[in-house]
Amino acid sequence: MSLLTPDLGLVFWMSIAFGIVILILTKFAFPPIIKGVEDRNKYINESLEAARQAREDLKNVKADGEKILEQAKKEQAKILAEAVESRETIIRDAMDKARKEANVMIDLARKQIEAEKDDAIRDIRKEVVNLSFDIAEKLLRKNLDQQAEQEAVINQLIDEMNIHKS
Amino acid sequence: MFNKTLKYFLSVWMFLAMSTSLSAEVVPQAEGSNPEAAPLDAKELILEHLKDDYEWHIATYKNKKISIPLPIILYSKNSGAQLFSSAKFDQNNGCYKGFYISKTGKYKGKVVETDASGNEIRPIDLSLTKNALSLLIGSFLLIILMLFIARAYKNEPVKPKKGLVGAMEVFILSVYDDVIKPVVGEDYKKYRYYLLTLFFFIFFNNILGLVPIFPGGANVTGNIAVTLTLALSTFLIVNLTGTREYYKGIFWPDVPVWLKFPFPLMIIIELVGLITKPFALMIRLFANIMAGHAIVLGLVSLIFITAHMGAALSSSMTGFSVVLIIFIYFIEMLVAYIQAYVFTIFTAIFINGARVKPPKTEKSLEST
Repeated sequence: MSLLTPDLGLVFWMSIAFGIVILILTKFAFPPIIKGVEDRNKYINESLEAARQAREDLKNVKADGEKILEQAKKEQAKILAEAVESRETIIRDAMDKARKEANVMIDLARKQIEAEKDDAIRDIRKEVVNLSFDIAEKLLRKNLDQQAEQEAVINQLIDEMNIHKS
Repeated sequence: MFNKTLKYFLSVWMFLAMSTSLSAEVVPQAEGSNPEAAPLDAKELILEHLKDDYEWHIATYKNKKISIPLPIILYSKNSGAQLFSSAKFDQNNGCYKGFYISKTGKYKGKVVETDASGNEIRPIDLSLTKNALSLLIGSFLLIILMLFIARAYKNEPVKPKKGLVGAMEVFILSVYDDVIKPVVGEDYKKYRYYLLTLFFFIFFNNILGLVPIFPGGANVTGNIAVTLTLALSTFLIVNLTGTREYYKGIFWPDVPVWLKFPFPLMIIIELVGLITKPFALMIRLFANIMAGHAIVLGLVSLIFITAHMGAALSSSMTGFSVVLIIFIYFIEMLVAYIQAYVFTIFTAIFINGARVKPPKTEKSLEST
């Protein structure tokens, strides 16, 4: 029966031992262990969250990149189209301008030619006049001794001139 | 490096344990007599082991007792405080300064003295007995182990742990996450370290009790004084931190008035329940561990009982016993865990029961 009667001395020692164990373990052993494990769990969760976030960001970046690429392609096509159009306009404009320029130049040339022709005619006429005068002088110098002949020549000349003028 | 040494140490220790355990507990019975003439008194042997002792008996070799003497601390009404070694009893024919260990009667196995009329009386006995020393050693080892683990967490809190620390982490967390958190409920933070300590104290001492050589082998958690203290501590924790709702449930429960008014039947039932809960804890742990020790010793005794019954029977019984002892040892390791687990989970349940909150749903219904 003595197995079932608690011994006071052992209760005393047990109280001391258990008390000290509780005191030390609850103060110095379990708090850092539990805290360490909880910190680690928190760290792992945060890391997972960060990884998920990063993955999502990466997905977004990819999507963004694709969007930008698409936009760039569109832009490129637009620019190309514009370039073609502007090229054609430029060519058309240039041709128009060239045509006009050419016309102007042709006109100018024509006028110049006209003018030159007139000049040439005028020169020729002057030359003819001078020649006529020279001839006249020479003729005069030779035939002015005789009255009759003079008159005849003059009349003849006048007639000729009248005929020419008319 | 550390792990290797530890493994080496453990294997050497296990070998020593295996080779000495079987003889260590049993041989003392042959003390001072011819083993063939005096058959082993298994009952006496087992009871002697299960009880506490004033010295730590390790082995008996050639009729010489090898034991560690322990201090005896007494306070007697006749001669005041006393402190002496238990070896003094052996040196002085079992009686020292009027104190002796009683052989029969009410105080069998305890230190007593005789009063004027010749009756045996018991002085106040705070001797550091075998179980007390084993408790102190166990507590010391547990503290060292836990502080060693805690240091790893202080040094590198986030790094995953390996080896002993990693294994202990799994163990600690299995108790923490699967027992304490779900069972205690929302107030678990206040009690978690107590419950962890309780679990590991019981488990560690259970295992230490299974180790057959010196620092272990004492029937510590199979001693009613030890389990009484544990149960008392649970009782105090549960009842000193109970909520108002909990005390109302005990002293003025929600039952028809005639059950509690002229004769406080319900209150008596509740109070009895209050006592029986830790009482059941105390008996459960005590009985399980004690039974384990008794079975192992019984099986070991079987070898020595059959030793005189012819070679065939003796050798076959020896083989049978050894196989059975190994089996029982495994069972006992399981029991060591289960009993620590059960003690902790019941304490957690009682704490949870004492943390009842006033029913919120009714109030919210009234207010709406």
